[in-house]
Amino acid sequence: MKFTFSLKPENFIIERDDERCIRCGACVQQCAYNAHYYLEEKDKVLGINHNCVGDGRCVAICPTNAIRIKQAENPYRPNYNWTKERMMDLYEQAENGTVLLVGMGAPTPHPVYWDKIVLNASQVTNPSIDPLREPMEVKTFLGSKPDKIEVVFDKNHKPEIKTRITPQLELEVPIMFAAMSFGAISLNACKSLAKAASEMGTFWNTGEGGLHKDLYKYGKNTIVQVASGRFGVHVDYLKAGAAVEIKIGQGAKPGIGGHLPGEKVNHEISVTRAMPEGSDAISPAPHHDIYSIEDLRQLIYSIKEATDYEKPVFVKISAVHNVAAIASGIVRAGADAVVIDGIRGGTGAAPKIIRDNVGIPIELAIAVVDERLRKEGIRNHASLIAAGGFRNSADVIKAIALGADAVYIGTAALMTLGCHVCGMCYKGICNWGIATQRDDLTKRLNPEIGAERAKNLLKGWKHEIQEMLGAMGINSIGSLRGNRLNLRAVDIHEPYLSILGIKPAGA
Amino acid sequence: MNSITIDALNLYYRELNFKIKEAVRKEGIKKVIIKNARGQRFIGTGLKEKDVEIIIESGVPGNDLAMFMDGPTVKVFGNAQDGVGNTMNNGKVFIHGDAGDVICYGMRNGKIFIKGNVGYRVGIHMKEYKDMIPSIVVGGKAGDFFGEYMAGGIGVVLGLNNDDKPIVGRYCATGMHGGVIYIRTEKIPTYLGKEVKIFELNESDKEKLKSLIEEFCQEFKEYKAEDILKSRFIKLIPVSKRPYGRLYSPGNHFPLPEENYFSNKKIDIEKKYY
Repeated sequence: MKFTFSLKPENFIIERDDERCIRCGACVQQCAYNAHYYLEEKDKVLGINHNCVGDGRCVAICPTNAIRIKQAENPYRPNYNWTKERMMDLYEQAENGTVLLVGMGAPTPHPVYWDKIVLNASQVTNPSIDPLREPMEVKTFLGSKPDKIEVVFDKNHKPEIKTRITPQLELEVPIMFAAMSFGAISLNACKSLAKAASEMGTFWNTGEGGLHKDLYKYGKNTIVQVASGRFGVHVDYLKAGAAVEIKIGQGAKPGIGGHLPGEKVNHEISVTRAMPEGSDAISPAPHHDIYSIEDLRQLIYSIKEATDYEKPVFVKISAVHNVAAIASGIVRAGADAVVIDGIRGGTGAAPKIIRDNVGIPIELAIAVVDERLRKEGIRNHASLIAAGGFRNSADVIKAIALGADAVYIGTAALMTLGCHVCGMCYKGICNWGIATQRDDLTKRLNPEIGAERAKNLLKGWKHEIQEMLGAMGINSIGSLRGNRLNLRAVDIHEPYLSILGIKPAGA
Repeated sequence: MNSITIDALNLYYRELNFKIKEAVRKEGIKKVIIKNARGQRFIGTGLKEKDVEIIIESGVPGNDLAMFMDGPTVKVFGNAQDGVGNTMNNGKVFIHGDAGDVICYGMRNGKIFIKGNVGYRVGIHMKEYKDMIPSIVVGGKAGDFFGEYMAGGIGVVLGLNNDDKPIVGRYCATGMHGGVIYIRTEKIPTYLGKEVKIFELNESDKEKLKSLIEEFCQEFKEYKAEDILKSRFIKLIPVSKRPYGRLYSPGNHFPLPEENYFSNKKIDIEKKYY
């Protein structure tokens, strides 16, 4: 029994101004979801509302602004419990008994604490600093810092640092591009991010997809990832990057593995990952050589051995209930940086039920991890990188004030390349040429222009961060790190106030 | 051939591996003999020199022997621990004894020969790409989860010793979606992965198996290749390259106008927007 159309109402309504439409056919040809078509006998371009995913491609491309996309009304009886989305999900599962897939970060109404945290500024008692006229340091070093620095003087009284400093990453701006594999996103998207990162003096991350041969030249601004499927991992790959990241978990899908469907595994991906074309790229849920913190230490040190102790090793986990204790274990296992991905972290494809229900918000995770590492006296042994749904520079600076050293941005970075967060990444036919491997679609994204736009975002955020720092009367981001006195909470109540370690506004 | 002997007694793993790397990379030594290994980890890790031989003459090397290795040959005259050949890219490993768990996890190419038994989770997620075909030959018996998630390569279990364990443990080949496993047995292993089917060997299988077993017997001289090849083998190959393809929702289908009720005509548009 199959009732398809009657039970799946449209999500969007395509409105077309027929006066303005010049029948150029751009929308018809550009929409990979087939939401527009041309009816020759009537000389009309018509829309198929059911196919529309609302990614704004047609609206952006239409030369006469003839198209409007509107949210469709709920055709069902309004019900707080049984929303349209829940009903549609249920109908789909009734049809095929499958796990529902989604792309992008969770849109669920879990509280976004960034919106309830406000920053401080200097008034009268201490002067604010104008970043346009005075130096404002936002440079950040990631890696393990020594407990103390020993300086010796030679015969000519020249000082020399005797302490051996472990390898560090030098970031001109404390924002990096999050791990998105070649496979999940197109090569042009990878190129855009890699180029932007290298020109801005920050880093991009390969994700678990190996490093395409065209991207080796960005090596010194690349973080290479080792995940449970070990795709594309070999010595040259480990040595090509500036740092190696062991991926244990991802905010959008804590505790489960990855799964690149076979139809996305084309020639280039199969070369990069060294696997047959058309075969599923399955990343197991755990690393099967890591069943404990001791095993993690073993993998960290095997990577350090393989790279001759020249690269910092990061460990990425998703923010879960015991995140503070886990992070402490990771630092003690020898990681140079801990990456924590919160519940709003994005994904190319994840089961909806996991994405929307598993994990904790990143704000709480940063606060408890920083607090725990400080209490144990090991905060300097590793840097703390936060990820998962950073939307603007204020989120970044609040994360740093809570205790993060730097942040990863994924969705925000893709939005500079044209992403409209339609959430259809897992279908592999992204109209913007980002989350797709189809040649006709990927060439819509020009890596030169993409790099410029991603760079612009970092530039803008960097200036904004400098402005906010200046307003607080601080001239270096290092002075803000973990400085929670510069944060106040509006409408956050106990116990979350004490977990975040900040005072309520007015106090 | 220039060689060096290192006494590993009381050496920390970092010192030992540093010595090996120095010898191989700076002094161009082709044969490194290690005596009295005492569980030092990561021996041979990340070495890329093709014609180098590392021989562990006595003692037991520690975990992650030959991890990320890309070319050399490693011989162990004794037992080995966990993680031998982890994510190995190329080269050969011979173990004249038993080996532990998680052997050749995510291995990309090269060969591993183990005379004795292996532990759990051996051959997980081995890969394959064109002529990069990793292989592992286990002379003894294998524990649970042999060849789990296997994506490519060849796994052989011979069961030549007399201990009364089953030749492979439970859940062999679970989630397997590439490559092939040969087991010298007539019995079907218990709790075999649902993703594989059992077949008889064809000519090309026999050829592959023959070359591997000959190489095995060349190193482990007490076995004769002809005798082994006379026995009956079963072959396990995955039913699908996409074992979990149908588990996930296909999501929306985006029908073309001609597929549904609107029109049966297509238009030809100038492709100026690409």
